[in-house]
Amino acid sequence: MRPFEYVRAVDAGQAVALVSADPDTSYLAGGTTQLDLMKDGVLRPARLVDVTRLPLSGVTSTGSAIRVGATTTMEELAADPVVIERLPFIREALLLGASTQLRNLATIGGNLLQRARCRYFRDPAVEACNKRDPGSGCAAITGFARMHAILGTSDHCIALHASDVAVPLVALDSVVHVQGVDGPRGIPLTEFYRPPGDTPHIENVLRHGELITAVEVPLLPEGARSHYLKVRDRVSYEFALTSAGAALVIQDGLITSARVALGGVGTLPWRSWEAERVLRDAPATRETFRAAADAALEGARTLPGTAFKVDLAKRTLVRTLETIAGARA
Amino acid sequence: MEVTLNVNGSAHPLRLDARVTLLDALRDHLGLTGAKKGCDQGACGACTVLLDGRRVVACLTLAAQCEEREVTTIEALSEEGTPHPVQAAFARHDAFQCGYCTPGQIMSAVALLAEGRAGSEEEIREFMSGNLCRCGAYPNIRKAIRDVAEEG
Ligand SMILES: Cc1cc2nc3c(=O)[nH]c(=O)nc-3n(C[C@H](O)[C@H](O)[C@H](O)COP(=O)(O)OP(=O)(O)OC[C@H]3O[C@@H](n4cnc5c(N)ncnc54)[C@H](O)[C@@H]3O)c2cc1C
Ligand code: SF4
Ligand code: FES
Ligand code: FES
Repeated sequence: MRPFEYVRAVDAGQAVALVSADPDTSYLAGGTTQLDLMKDGVLRPARLVDVTRLPLSGVTSTGSAIRVGATTTMEELAADPVVIERLPFIREALLLGASTQLRNLATIGGNLLQRARCRYFRDPAVEACNKRDPGSGCAAITGFARMHAILGTSDHCIALHASDVAVPLVALDSVVHVQGVDGPRGIPLTEFYRPPGDTPHIENVLRHGELITAVEVPLLPEGARSHYLKVRDRVSYEFALTSAGAALVIQDGLITSARVALGGVGTLPWRSWEAERVLRDAPATRETFRAAADAALEGARTLPGTAFKVDLAKRTLVRTLETIAGARA
Repeated sequence: MEVTLNVNGSAHPLRLDARVTLLDALRDHLGLTGAKKGCDQGACGACTVLLDGRRVVACLTLAAQCEEREVTTIEALSEEGTPHPVQAAFARHDAFQCGYCTPGQIMSAVALLAEGRAGSEEEIREFMSGNLCRCGAYPNIRKAIRDVAEEG
């Protein structure tokens, strides 16, 4: 690992000023992505600014939303009473991710900014990776692709966004609150990530040095039911092959409100407005759920190694919606 | 840099490179070799210790991040030579083969019990999944944990 200087931030303004002023300085939260990639030699900052002692931890409720401080850990958020009561699919997504030991370190801000799990990206011995080294090519497209994306891809990168909790968060229209040298701003999570296009090294709309301070998550309406389903190669402690997070309000057999997002398939946490359109005002039947799943995957672009994901993602979404509908009946 | 670590109830002032992880500080600077280095990438759980009472992987935590926090390692579990109930149960159930993963399994199990997540076989299976065992001692590990959970 390249030597670096460690700075413990005591004040958000100081942290923002330090990181913004220097492209070689990065934030450090739980470290479960940052230190991992520094050990691999993928990230090589000269200085780390530790944000975990900033007063950014904890969950507050406003009645119609919760505000999750950026350094709240995954375990802490999963244990929050409002999350358990009103946003159960967030809890499900959190507890199906990583392990307890990692969730006690990993923060919500860091989770949203976790980096690609693409093996070629994580191995600097591989030359071709546009995300790591812009313009060098993509070893996954010409090589072995499996844990890769089928939605939102480009000819330059097919890396997946592997966060579980970002799936329900994007379905809920959460807002990321950030602080920069020019002051604070709020960014809808649906507009936070950038598809790879021809600049896969740019993953989101944050400016260097902007600090995530909180994530605001609107509560589901009364009567809504939600579910997060994760399908993987082993039963526990593994990234998703496919996943779905959905919330429905069903009245007299009719879907009056629907929120749907997919994981394991997109270069970003994949909100499916297409599926939502099919579901809204339709009867809560298997036919409707199938039509929604077809609509969600319509734009999929696959490689031989990822072709299996189309059917798997559809079935994952249908099962998720059926589980929600069944739980209500 | 100067880092003071609070480990198993006593304070240890250390001079460390910023790159030193909590795991390396424990093993190489404090001689506490109970926590093991398996993958060094957060994937196997062999390095599990408690940080302010919560289980974490010591290999993905910088020692510098742990200042003013309480670190508990496997070395602190037994009291005056009497094994901790989880240690005793592991021995009783032969819950290991080579033993390399065992300190991490035990620390994780101690935390699991405190979290109230040892209620069923499935729960133990799910919430112990961050601790891998190459020797496949899982059935006996689960038996040992159930035994302690049922003793209350
Ligand atoms: C073995 C393993 C298994 C995993 N399994 C899963 C899984 O199944 N599902 C899943 O969703 N995730 C999984 N993860 C990923 C894990 O959830 C993320 O690594 C974690 O959430 C990142 O949070 P952190 O606090 O550790 O971030 P860090 O590693 O500290 O930081 C991550 C990035 O975010 C930046 N950053 C951190 N906080 C801020 C902030 N407040 N403002 C601006 N920038 C910031 C850092 O500079 C860094 O670039 C796994 C990780 C490992 C190692
Ligand atoms: S998929 Fe993206 S991250 Fe993976 S090798 Fe290609 S460019 Fe790099
Ligand atoms: S050594 Fe830390 S998790 Fe494997
Ligand atoms: S006993 Fe050998 S790795 Fe678990």
